[in-house]
Amino acid sequence: MTSIDVSLGEVALALVLVALAAGVSLWRRADLERDLGLAVLRSFLQLTAVGYVIQAVFESDSLWVVVGLLSAMVALGTFTARGRARAVPGALPALGLALGAAAAVTLGLVLALGVFEPEPRYLVPVGGMVIGNAMTAAAVALNRLADEMSSRARQIEATLALGATSRQATAGLVTRSLRSAMIPLVDQTKTTGLITFPGIMVGMLLAGAEPIDAVRLQLVILWILLGAVALASLIATSLGLRGFFTAAHQLREPPNP
Amino acid sequence: MTVLLGASGSGKSSLLRLLCRLADPDEGVVRFRGTDVRELDPLELRRRACLVPQLPAPIEGTVAENVAYGPGLVGRTVDTAAFLELAGLNGSFGDRRPERLSVGEQQRVMLARALALEPETLLLDEPTAALDESSRGGVERTLAQLAGEGRASMLLVTHERAQADRLADRVITLADGRISG
Repeated sequence: MTSIDVSLGEVALALVLVALAAGVSLWRRADLERDLGLAVLRSFLQLTAVGYVIQAVFESDSLWVVVGLLSAMVALGTFTARGRARAVPGALPALGLALGAAAAVTLGLVLALGVFEPEPRYLVPVGGMVIGNAMTAAAVALNRLADEMSSRARQIEATLALGATSRQATAGLVTRSLRSAMIPLVDQTKTTGLITFPGIMVGMLLAGAEPIDAVRLQLVILWILLGAVALASLIATSLGLRGFFTAAHQLREPPNP
Repeated sequence: MTVLLGASGSGKSSLLRLLCRLADPDEGVVRFRGTDVRELDPLELRRRACLVPQLPAPIEGTVAENVAYGPGLVGRTVDTAAFLELAGLNGSFGDRRPERLSVGEQQRVMLARALALEPETLLLDEPTAALDESSRGGVERTLAQLAGEGRASMLLVTHERAQADRLADRVITLADGRISG
């Protein structure tokens, strides 16, 4: 595989397009110029810093360093997702477990099946994508769960009053939360190559890989992500649901009369 | 039939929720037939002392599925038409969707699905509060008839003195969470 060199000067040239975006914002008074500036600065600093971190991890060639890095990503992802799931009592441990399990199980499985070699240059980028997608899915799932719990509190309590367990009284709503978390990636996977070119494939093509190799790797990644997203949503909703109920199958927050 | 009478906010509905353990008291003990409710299985208790909520809150599905839901949780199948008729609805309502019915009819579905559990006690939380005058009279007659047949002991909550007088064998008046008469 040939590698691709991009000089800092060439990176700077791409700012012309940012200037275009700023121009649009000014012209249509979208008031986004400051945000654009901040976005450019943050993306530059964050990605550069991550670049050096990843380089150091690759050079260390130690799986323990990889595990440490992925754990840090899980922690960061957990706190980020919690921001979207504040209405769920006990969301933090539920999300931590959802993201951690999604990362551990999917990466463990692809390693066990021999899809990837246990090397930092596979585990770090794939792990990052798994955790990122699991984070988004778990956040969407819990956000939807909280909305459904609050809009259907009366119906749930009326169902509990018939002797249903908290799980029975919320079966439909957990399913809906799970679906809303999984549908975006399922749809994205269906239309991949038709509407969007996924990032890994683009990156490999730019870096000079054979198209068929790029496609195969992309397929592996997409399919791994489907598993990770399903697992993260399932764990997040199952554990998240518990926070709304007591052990005696009572709603912690009684419905408004 | 025992009627709990009190203004809104006097603690009537809370008392019903405590009785079937949809909530627990901050202090004190709630007993059902002499047993501390915390010593009973809450799901079993809710089948024995079944709450009919103030506003209809059917599950998704048909009227018959609503009536069959509670017994189905413990593996029992029931004659849904019979329980609909007890609640004053024709058996032909079974195939309809509760959300398409009038509030009065929906409230009867709620009553039928509680009756289908064959509870010892029915806890009725302002069962006619959301109804207009004509359907209120109908639901009251149904309740009086069920009480007369001795199907279940009934504890009904209302803020209406006249309703208490029409239905009650015994009236308990609540004010600020305390029995005042």
